[in-house]
Amino acid sequence: MTKPWDTTSEHLLRELAPQVLGVVARRFHDFSAAEDAVQEAMIAAFTQWPREGIPDNPRGWLIQVASRRMTDQVRSEIARRQRETAVAKEAETVAPAVDIESDMDPDDTLILLFMCCHPALTSSSAIALTLRAVGGLTTAEIANAFLVPDATMAQRISRAKESIKTSGVPFDLPSPRERTERLPSVLHVLYLIFNEGYTSSVGVHLQRLDLAREAIRLTRCVRTLLPDDSEVAGLLALMLLTDARRAARNGPNEELIPLDEQNRTLWDGQAISEGSALLTCALSKGAVGPYQLQAAVAAVHDEAARAEDTDWPQILALYELMKRVAPNPMVTLNHAIAAAMVHGPAQGLELLRALDADSRLAEHYRLHAVRAHLLEMVGDYEGAIEHYRIAAGRTTSTPERNYLMTQAARLAESTTGPDG
Amino acid sequence: MKYILMMNTMRAGAGVLGWPKNDLQAHIAFMLGLNKELQAAGELVAAEGLAFPDQAKLVRAGKGGIPITDGVFPESKEFLAGFWIVDVDSPERAYAIAARVSAAPGPGGAPLNMPIEVRPVMSAPPPEML
Repeated sequence: MTKPWDTTSEHLLRELAPQVLGVVARRFHDFSAAEDAVQEAMIAAFTQWPREGIPDNPRGWLIQVASRRMTDQVRSEIARRQRETAVAKEAETVAPAVDIESDMDPDDTLILLFMCCHPALTSSSAIALTLRAVGGLTTAEIANAFLVPDATMAQRISRAKESIKTSGVPFDLPSPRERTERLPSVLHVLYLIFNEGYTSSVGVHLQRLDLAREAIRLTRCVRTLLPDDSEVAGLLALMLLTDARRAARNGPNEELIPLDEQNRTLWDGQAISEGSALLTCALSKGAVGPYQLQAAVAAVHDEAARAEDTDWPQILALYELMKRVAPNPMVTLNHAIAAAMVHGPAQGLELLRALDADSRLAEHYRLHAVRAHLLEMVGDYEGAIEHYRIAAGRTTSTPERNYLMTQAARLAESTTGPDG
Repeated sequence: MKYILMMNTMRAGAGVLGWPKNDLQAHIAFMLGLNKELQAAGELVAAEGLAFPDQAKLVRAGKGGIPITDGVFPESKEFLAGFWIVDVDSPERAYAIAARVSAAPGPGGAPLNMPIEVRPVMSAPPPEML
């Protein structure tokens, strides 16, 4: 008996990937090989199930296929080393029986996340490995999402696994103390995947995988596993509250539409209520972290029916809190914007002057973009044009560069007239 | 983050043509080896060499969009000889790869120390626009 393949099936298959990997890795004591075997099983499922239907026990099917690959691999390894047949027989006994549920561990997904987002890995490796091992995506899909060749992505993933092997990260749930230390890396990787989802999809790249949705799905999964962690909830809320504006973010030519010009009726009300509810619940638990604060800012924006209804004093207060809890140059920059909205652009500009001394930011295009915006608000159009142009020259995002150049062109025309 | 590494050459003849065979082979082996290394590191997005500049044409649209080609270039012009696109974790890493390319072996095996132009590829996600 099989079930027909439908739109939810792909989701189901992906949810199973880390569970299957957990079982296989534990059984064969080889994370790296198990990860490859599960990838092959996933690809087999993606080709067979839509045609033949979903097997009765999809998890069992995947475990069996992956285990068979492992056994084949062990065998060929043995053949390669020209060992005796007796050892090959032993390998056969390693092949699992169909008794599948017995070695399931509900924490496997969590173990894998902590492994894949290990601080020893560079963020690009951690992202790739997380999407494959935990997200159940194929190498080709991940390569496509990052616009690199499949072979390059395959290498990145195998190098990541090599680093894990070398650093001796065990296939175990980290101790509570380690978990507390390493959870921020996990959340950071998920946040980077989400952000990457907003990379321009102009032109030839329309068929890219939706990384923002993928990040939301993975973060939901972490939230199920760590329901009491308020930063996990905060991150999920931040993603939902930001993604809710997706339909209003871009114009027909992929041009960026700033928050105050967006058509707010296009915002996703359901995502906003879910995000707000999550956030309210998280904030009530006490320990307030940076993701909750960023989510709180997003919620204040989302709650305003019109841009002019935005509660900027509350946003300013939130950034003041962020400056204390998790200070970084971007927070300072956003704080200056909020201060300008509450106390006027002159005060915002005053705050920016303090940032000129910060080497992390002085050369950064965002400082120029924000300064341009505030200079325009005080009526210094010459200065604003200059800084919009500097910012346009420094960003590496195409839609943002188009936006900044357009801002400069608009101001230049309004000061000299279109023919001037 | 992605970078393009562009290797320029002067007009044909100033480049590899006319090198001794062994030096030429060492140069080619170096380039192939570097590409393999970048691929194995999970950093290679693309690497292409271009045909010699005598195959280059400058094209403009003439009346009714008819292409008008021009193939005579001044001796002093620099030409793109080849490029790499890499996806790396830092600008420093892109510069390190460029330095490797720059030091490709030339005549007598001495490093060429060619200038390699490194430029970011527009590939970042846009930030939240406030």
